[in-house]
Amino acid sequence: MSEDIFQGYKGDALDTLKKYNARVWGQAEVETTRGKFIGTILPRSENDDDQHIVMKIPTGYNVGVDVRTIKSMKETGYKKANYKIPEKQFPTTPGLPHVKLFGTGGTIASRLDYRTGAVIPAFSPGELYGAVPELADICNLDTEKLFAVFSENMGPKQYIGLAKAIGKEIEQGIDGIVVGHGTDTLHHTGAALTFMCQNLPVPVVLVGSQRSSDRPSSDAALNLMHAMKAAGQSDIAEVMVCMFGPTSDEYGLLHKGTRVRKMHSSYRSTFRTIGDTPLAMINRKTISPIHKTYNKRRNDRNVKILPYYSDEVTMLYYYPGMKPDTLDALVDAGYRGVVIVGTGLGHVNKELYPAIERAHAKGVHMYMTLQTIWGYVHMFVYDTGRDMMAKGIVPTGNMLPEVAFIKLSWVLGQTDDPAEVKRLMLTSVNDEITPREPYNGYLVYQGGVPEVEDFIRKVHK
Amino acid sequence: MDFSFDARANYEATRDLAGYVDRKKATQATYDRIGFMSGLEVHQQLLTKEKLFCHCPAGIYNHHDDYDAELIRHMRPTLSELGEYDGTALMEFKTRKNIIYRIKNATACTYEVDDTPPFPIDREALGIAIEISLLSKLNIVGEVHITRKQYLDGSIPTGFQRTAIIGVEGEIHLKHKKIRLIQLSIEEDSCREISDIGHVRIYKTDRLGMPLIETVTYPDCLNPDEVKEACDYIRFLNRSTGKVRSGIGAGRQDVNVSCKGGTRVEIKGVAHTKWIPELTHIEAFRQWSLLLLRDELRKRFPDPSTWKMTSVNLESVDLNTSFAPLQDAKEANMTVMAVKLPGFKGALSHFTQPDKMFANEISDRLKVIACLEKPNMVHSESIVPEVEVENWQKVANLLSTGKNDAVLIFWGPQEDMKTALETIEERCRMAFEGVPNETRKSFENGTTIFERVLPGADRMYPDTDSAPIPLEDDYIDSLSKNLPEDIIDRFNQLRKWNVPEDTYTYIFSKNYYPLIERMVKELEVDPRFLGTFIGHRLKNLLGRQKKPKQFNIEKIYKLFAYLRQNNLNVRLAWAMMPELATHPRMDFDSVLASLKFKKIPQEEIIQKIPFLQEKFVPRKKKDKANHQLNWMMGQLHKQATGNIELSYLANQIKQAQA
Repeated sequence: MSEDIFQGYKGDALDTLKKYNARVWGQAEVETTRGKFIGTILPRSENDDDQHIVMKIPTGYNVGVDVRTIKSMKETGYKKANYKIPEKQFPTTPGLPHVKLFGTGGTIASRLDYRTGAVIPAFSPGELYGAVPELADICNLDTEKLFAVFSENMGPKQYIGLAKAIGKEIEQGIDGIVVGHGTDTLHHTGAALTFMCQNLPVPVVLVGSQRSSDRPSSDAALNLMHAMKAAGQSDIAEVMVCMFGPTSDEYGLLHKGTRVRKMHSSYRSTFRTIGDTPLAMINRKTISPIHKTYNKRRNDRNVKILPYYSDEVTMLYYYPGMKPDTLDALVDAGYRGVVIVGTGLGHVNKELYPAIERAHAKGVHMYMTLQTIWGYVHMFVYDTGRDMMAKGIVPTGNMLPEVAFIKLSWVLGQTDDPAEVKRLMLTSVNDEITPREPYNGYLVYQGGVPEVEDFIRKVHK
Repeated sequence: MDFSFDARANYEATRDLAGYVDRKKATQATYDRIGFMSGLEVHQQLLTKEKLFCHCPAGIYNHHDDYDAELIRHMRPTLSELGEYDGTALMEFKTRKNIIYRIKNATACTYEVDDTPPFPIDREALGIAIEISLLSKLNIVGEVHITRKQYLDGSIPTGFQRTAIIGVEGEIHLKHKKIRLIQLSIEEDSCREISDIGHVRIYKTDRLGMPLIETVTYPDCLNPDEVKEACDYIRFLNRSTGKVRSGIGAGRQDVNVSCKGGTRVEIKGVAHTKWIPELTHIEAFRQWSLLLLRDELRKRFPDPSTWKMTSVNLESVDLNTSFAPLQDAKEANMTVMAVKLPGFKGALSHFTQPDKMFANEISDRLKVIACLEKPNMVHSESIVPEVEVENWQKVANLLSTGKNDAVLIFWGPQEDMKTALETIEERCRMAFEGVPNETRKSFENGTTIFERVLPGADRMYPDTDSAPIPLEDDYIDSLSKNLPEDIIDRFNQLRKWNVPEDTYTYIFSKNYYPLIERMVKELEVDPRFLGTFIGHRLKNLLGRQKKPKQFNIEKIYKLFAYLRQNNLNVRLAWAMMPELATHPRMDFDSVLASLKFKKIPQEEIIQKIPFLQEKFVPRKKKDKANHQLNWMMGQLHKQATGNIELSYLANQIKQAQA
């Protein structure tokens, strides 16, 4: 295939470039009705319009030139940019733990090409060392790129692939595993791996970044350092999510894969343990457990990999006035499991009852979770709850909706027997349902209240 | 070390060698000799309701201690595609600063602290920036691309400033020459620094994100006064739109200076244009002196790579000194080290700026890069030695220095010593090259100190969070319809009206020209009188106020309209102004009442002339006619003011005398 010399250009803009024999990476002088522009022609983002040509002017800024104003154009030179991340040999240090980093395609470590704006992932140990040299003081690192998908495209195939890869690494004697991951569905993957990789002898740490590492204030470098430290040095042998505690560059938190949730679209401190406290705090020097009990690191390699998954599970987010045809449609479409996200203690309106009965009769497994995120499903308080249970809906305690969805998918990948499904669903693998909620498991402080403001002023948010 | 070395004589000799003269004695020939060149980056805040990339209110400031929360960040350099770190980036990373932001809920949201992506650009700000670009005769871009410009000093929590080019290649016309403009960009303003001590730098985020434009000129100014004139022009141009902010910090400029063979050095954040001439004058000579130092050092070391400094920890040396900072350092358990700079005799006391020598360049960098608070060093060529000669002898022995070597002693926390040594060596090696690329901080007396390494062009990245914004012809045409005329045309008009030139700066900086023009047209006020009234009387009265009152300039229009309507003479405005300045809300009748003004017909005043003529008692020796005129004018002044043109009255008296 010949090289694309008009990267991203289409329509009028492409015609203009062709007319004047100018190419991407060509240095050009453009005469327009608005005056003269000089610079290097840059590739254009595919989604942008076809009326402008992007140029990098000598001061380093980019500008767009409107093709309708162009009177003439001349290519005066050509200089193609070649870019790659510098690689430096990741040093091997005897005595440091061996950590394996699996890449899934998230941009935990990446940098932006300053000409095009394209994000180039840094992933090989050498590239990572070039970007975060501190990692070499924490562990000996090996990396493997498993997939290249964005967080939102992670799915059954990737969960199973990851679980198997983790099992293999553990058998081969690794001291800890880090999974680099986009943040949007980090908690779904946390739950999936908890169910699929049981009896772990070493930590499995999921990590991402809320600001890509091409930004000077990125959380990526510190998150990576924390995650590597947790994987290599902590004695918590569980599936964990490691992300910023506060938005400040101060410490990270290790969250259980089944109790964590992304709670803000863009904050660095977006991940929170729900209905419980995190496992531990971590900074570059120490790991301070918060939980008194957790699964300890072991020397054996007796991990159980259970790579099951059914894609016939869906979620139904209830809203007032919901009509029964919504549930009917899901059942008709062949879904075998439905996680309902109900109001309050776990409710839906009466109008849905016939549809629930129909679904139950067809053998659809229905589990109730909560829109309130915090708290337990409690279907004995009101008649409606009791009615629903009678119609086959099973309450899931304080299991998070996303976790219930992942778990039902995992369970239905193994069995269709209602009793066995129910047994598996309600038997905690790792605290997806907890017997009790500590008083500090629910903390959403209200800004503006004097004592909260006092507190916020004293701690680094 | 040469213990008989006369540092003062060396300092003076090197100053004279550079041909340094006071600016007042400098001529164009002085600047031509050293190849003075200067350009500007003029920053101006725009008068918008909201910030540039979020919906926080613009222009609300809070005190250092008035904040709701603090958060802490570190800035990491990111690699350019060549695998190189940008110079500034590397320096800032070396300093390993803990950067603390103080946030006030009223003036900052999650965008300011980089926890929310940008909202679409403020259209009000964009419109103003385009208007000013049109006034600056710039070529307006077809599409605005938001770019990230890296700043690792922490002044912006993201680590970069969002900025975009609006126009390129323009020009402004000064009185005697044309200055070319490189570009105009719109950008978000940065945080205000509260303090920077050791490894902690504190900022507040109130100003962060305010819309700002930056006008960049070519280095077309060939003497310090031209730089000021160009800067004033750009500021007046910005203000002529009436859509920019005024007050402290609303307009600031970075001044780029170089001399022949020197380097572009950027003097950052100059708040007043009146400081520019002295700053640029001194900076050009600093560079010239550094070049002379370079020549001297190269003579001593034709191959600079053979030059090598040595250092020693003074732990084991009993420094018996009465120099307080060194005593304090020892008490605080700081590490004290000495460095031998071979062949640097005379270099440390080499002139750089008035009352500054090359040694200051090292000390300044130790503060900024190694975070060693000043005083952080002493050296063998101080004009007034701080440390007793016995101590120098001990150190000299320890380092086995020769007669041509220089020595410095510095101190600080142990963990900063490595960076400190690197910093000293780096600055000394730069002395062999000439003038380091850097940004400098200015002082009122015209001197500057090192601030940062000058960043390169590699710190520009497209902002992946923002879409490009097309600028259609129709939109630009609609904006160009409401533009004010050029400052140079207004300047010429004021001249034509015979308005005294010393009023222009006030008139343009406050953007009062449109008012003058309107009053001349609509109220037929004499422009010369009005210009003087505003540029002298009003400026004087408002400037004198300890607590300036809000004075709405429309009041001036109303005042003159009132006088015209009541058939009163405009000179009455002069008398009324003090009262109005202190009580801007008082109505004009009351002002006149408080002046005990009475309306008297002209004829009535003229009728008093014969009576006064008789009453006049001449004194000996004085010119009688003139004396009588002055006395009579004095007698009639109060009644006359506002009722009769004084020159007309004087003529009437003269006629009566004749």
